Amino acid sequence: MSNSELFTSSIAKKYVMALTGLFLISFLVIHVTINSLVFVPDHGATFNTAANFMAHNIIIRIMEVGLFFGLVLHMVQSLILTIQNNKARPVKYAVPPSNDSSKWYSRSMGILGSLLLLFLVVHMANFWIPTKQAVFSGEEHNSFEKMKIVFAEWYFVAIYLVGIISLSYHLMHGFQSAFQSLGLNHKKYTPMIKAAGFWFAIIVPLLFAAMPIAFHLGFID
Amino acid sequence: MSKLDSKIPEGPLDKKWEKYKSTIPLVNPANKRSLEIVVVGSGLAGAAAAASLAEMGYKVKVFCFQDSPRRAHSIAAQGGINAAKNYQNDGDSVYRLFYDTIKGGDYRAREANVHRLAEVSGSIIDQCVAQGVPLAREYGGMLSNRSFGGTQVQRTFYAAGQTGQQLLLGAYSALQRQVGLGNVELFARHEMLEVVTIDGKARGIIARNLINGELERHFGHAVLLCTGGYGNVFYLSTNAMGSNVTAAWKAHKKGAFFGNPCYTQIHPTCIPVSGDHQSKLTLMSESLRNDGRIWVPKKKEDCIAIREGKKKAIDIAEDDRDYYLERRYPAFGNLVPRDVASRAAKERCDAGFGINKTGEAVYLDFASNMKYKYGKQEALVKGIQNPTEEQLHALGKEVVKEKYGNLFDMYKQITGEDPYEMPMMIYPAVHYTMGGIWVDYNLMTTVPGLYALGEANFSDHGANRLGASALMQGLADGYFVIPYTIGAYLSNEIRTKAIPTSHEAFETAENDVKERINKFFSIKGTKSVDHFHKRLGKIMWDKCGMARNDAGLKQAIEDIRALQKDFWANVRVTGEANEFNPELEKAGRVADFLELGELMCIDALNRVESCGGHFREESAETEGEQEGEAKRNDKDFMYVSAWEYKSMNNFELHKEELKYEVIKISQRSYK
Amino acid sequence: MSGNMNLSLKVWRQKNAEQKGELVTYPVSDISPDMSFLEMFDVLNEKLITEGQEPVAFDHDCREGICGACSMHINGRAHGPNNGVTTCQLHMRSFKDGDTIVVEPWRAAAFPVVKDLVVDRSAFDRIISKGGYISVNTGNAQDANNLPVPKVDADKAFEAAACIGCGACVATCKNGSAMLFVSAKVSQLSLLPQGKAEAKERVISMVNQMDEEGFGSCTNTGACEIECPKGISLENIARLNREFAVATAASEK
Repeated sequence: MSNSELFTSSIAKKYVMALTGLFLISFLVIHVTINSLVFVPDHGATFNTAANFMAHNIIIRIMEVGLFFGLVLHMVQSLILTIQNNKARPVKYAVPPSNDSSKWYSRSMGILGSLLLLFLVVHMANFWIPTKQAVFSGEEHNSFEKMKIVFAEWYFVAIYLVGIISLSYHLMHGFQSAFQSLGLNHKKYTPMIKAAGFWFAIIVPLLFAAMPIAFHLGFID
Repeated sequence: MSKLDSKIPEGPLDKKWEKYKSTIPLVNPANKRSLEIVVVGSGLAGAAAAASLAEMGYKVKVFCFQDSPRRAHSIAAQGGINAAKNYQNDGDSVYRLFYDTIKGGDYRAREANVHRLAEVSGSIIDQCVAQGVPLAREYGGMLSNRSFGGTQVQRTFYAAGQTGQQLLLGAYSALQRQVGLGNVELFARHEMLEVVTIDGKARGIIARNLINGELERHFGHAVLLCTGGYGNVFYLSTNAMGSNVTAAWKAHKKGAFFGNPCYTQIHPTCIPVSGDHQSKLTLMSESLRNDGRIWVPKKKEDCIAIREGKKKAIDIAEDDRDYYLERRYPAFGNLVPRDVASRAAKERCDAGFGINKTGEAVYLDFASNMKYKYGKQEALVKGIQNPTEEQLHALGKEVVKEKYGNLFDMYKQITGEDPYEMPMMIYPAVHYTMGGIWVDYNLMTTVPGLYALGEANFSDHGANRLGASALMQGLADGYFVIPYTIGAYLSNEIRTKAIPTSHEAFETAENDVKERINKFFSIKGTKSVDHFHKRLGKIMWDKCGMARNDAGLKQAIEDIRALQKDFWANVRVTGEANEFNPELEKAGRVADFLELGELMCIDALNRVESCGGHFREESAETEGEQEGEAKRNDKDFMYVSAWEYKSMNNFELHKEELKYEVIKISQRSYK
Repeated sequence: MSGNMNLSLKVWRQKNAEQKGELVTYPVSDISPDMSFLEMFDVLNEKLITEGQEPVAFDHDCREGICGACSMHINGRAHGPNNGVTTCQLHMRSFKDGDTIVVEPWRAAAFPVVKDLVVDRSAFDRIISKGGYISVNTGNAQDANNLPVPKVDADKAFEAAACIGCGACVATCKNGSAMLFVSAKVSQLSLLPQGKAEAKERVISMVNQMDEEGFGSCTNTGACEIECPKGISLENIARLNREFAVATAASEK
């Protein structure tokens, strides 16, 4: 073999999954923080300020490009791995795998990821595209108002909740799994990482879910 | 006896090997590349030999019937491996290991071979550690030792209860390395079915590819049989299901003498038979006897009540228990050697004191040591004043768990009973065969170019093997004996070109194998192969097992001959020859066991003395302190029985006299 | 006998690697709870033979849980419902009268079916031959105690070395990944000082061979650790990931 193992081997592909995954997780932290500003009771003023800053800041813009590539890489790599992994078992078992030996969501990252992708399409159409249009046309975009409009519709709320639940389970496995893939396993620290991953996968999606629900029920004005 | 030349080198015992080693002819590296060696079997002896010979430059082919060489039954050895390292500074030496092995073998082993074994024992440990075998360590990073039955020093190296596994995986990794380097060609799922001889020399084998049934011819300048023991002749044993005598038996029928076939080791601590469905017996390590006390009830009515499920072991009062080993052998107690412990258990059960539904089991009880030895000790350490019985039990249980946890779990898994609460039930079972193909000092059989290594040969354990010595012998033969001694033969073969397998000898051998396979299918009988195997096992166990007598053995020979006839008339082998067919494999093996069983009984009948694992009821002490104990007859039986195959049911005895130059022979006493 | 069971078995039958297989139903009766799972198959086979049918082929040898030959996928689980045991150590008391039990071979591209429940696991041997060893010829060794090994490392190496190569990890993994097997060997040898000299080449070439054999990749579901009859830990996979990263990054090739 030549110098390619670092990029071509099955393990290297897992490094990519882990690194892009962790990068996407870091994005979630920023996203959820800014979104949580909708709960500031000033009719969205703080939130809109932050949103506009994010929309125009050059560093954030560059990061956004990185984010996009990270996401694409995460998806493409997972697709390649899924295809390879399917080939590794051409004949399936008559009795499906048991939940006694692994968690269903750890076996369903592909499906959860696909649901997330579908959700993302809707989500981008709802918010990201209008924001971009506003940036290019130089208008002031009121994200807060847009949220009000979108989340007035029950079906958008439903789609968002499905996406967020998928996210939660995706994180539930992905967070700690990323560390394992990178070889970061330690008797003392791994339990902490697992606990952090668990709570991250609960709290972040809960915060995300709170928004559409709160808008829909009129708790935020 | 002109036919038997043991080729033991001249000189004082402790210098023989060293001197011989430096005078054995060598084969130069260029010639090694054109010499081919066939190794049959991939256990400790086979894998070690194949790897070592390939490292030296020979072209090696390895055959095993399992799907991977790593599955050879050496893997199941639990306890450990002996070596005269004297790391514990307790006075061990090559001489002591040599002496213990000879004495343990009841003075029926060859001095020169055993001394060589003791000499190379230390190098085995060095080699294995270098290979990455994770032997147990002390906190300072040094190797740990434990003691084992029949010795007074700590010389046993171990890897928890999986020593055999770890040593085998070490040899296997060395073998796979050579496979990867292209020096060894590996044939897994291949079974050797015939030795090919040309002009009286072994020149190759016929092997059946077990996946597609094809017969293959393989040439070798020399053939090494490393195919293990034949304990499965008893049907129930601690051997693996596939362990068989076929390779050795084919060699025997091609002229290799069979040495001491009647020497069988019955291990005292196995899980008893639970019913007719039983396919195999599981050993509980000998180390358990360090802390377990063996007993049966004193009163027969208690035994009957237990068998009927009306009473349990804990219901029997202390005074009503018969700790029969402690009673009969106060000096060694529960730690008497394997053969003695086994016979004592049989004696009690035959007298009607067995304690499970088959009447063939005794108790191995940890309760008193758990409570009063370890429990009290722990209570003292933890500063618990006046601990209750329950506290002692709980404290002791933790210690016992630490020491034997995996064995206790295994016992529970198999029997469904919790040995921490109830005493274990144990009974002796066939474990190892000291007998095997007769070999000279070079490990060569009576067929030139045909060698036998490890348990497959008869050499080093005499009439009884000590614990932790089987692993030592297998690896010694493979790593440190055969690489030297094979030179004595191969140095004369450098002019022999590889013989094409179209040679008529290969043709004939293959046809013989084909014919036999066709015969199995042509019978179309009504009874399965296992049916015959079970019947053979019962004859062997009842009449050629722990105790043997003249009338029983004669009867057994008759019964086995009748069974042979029945087999060849009524066996049913399903499937076809040219496919993966485990029934066909079994049929071939059982057919050979049926012939071997007869020879074992003939040998046992011939040896009218009790020695080691061979106990003749006619030869026991009749008076004094040793009454009822085994009695050797050194005057008439100080020899190795080497049997030559003449024709079906016809064997001729040759004797190799055992001459002891160094050791003074005495009666074994454990009273 | 009282307590004995009647069961319905659905067993994968496949004549050879080329032909298609199917699940075939066999009733078995009077099964004692003391029997091992394989002894129950002996009963089935004995019955099939006397009826003139072909017995079910399955791999087995030592029947005491150490050789790694037995390999049945039972009701969706490698080696059946109990944790920490091989098929041969699974006893019928783990089942109830009237149960239906589905028995399939290990399923993986790298483990093609030979016949019925027998698969070809030689891929494991080929992986070992690419580096699962320490290159030391017979006779090369120094005195065993010249190289102290910290007990902690020796114990960890031993725990990894306990692998029996049965392939349950591959069989149970949704991706048919052999990472637990490979990582156990890599860990054993890299934890010991004598194995460090060639640790980097070892991990690269073993992983390459693993990929070449067509095993899937690890998605950390952890099923292998649960089903492993010897309790080989996921820590080993992390160690493999770590060693591989360092080795490939530092490699001059």
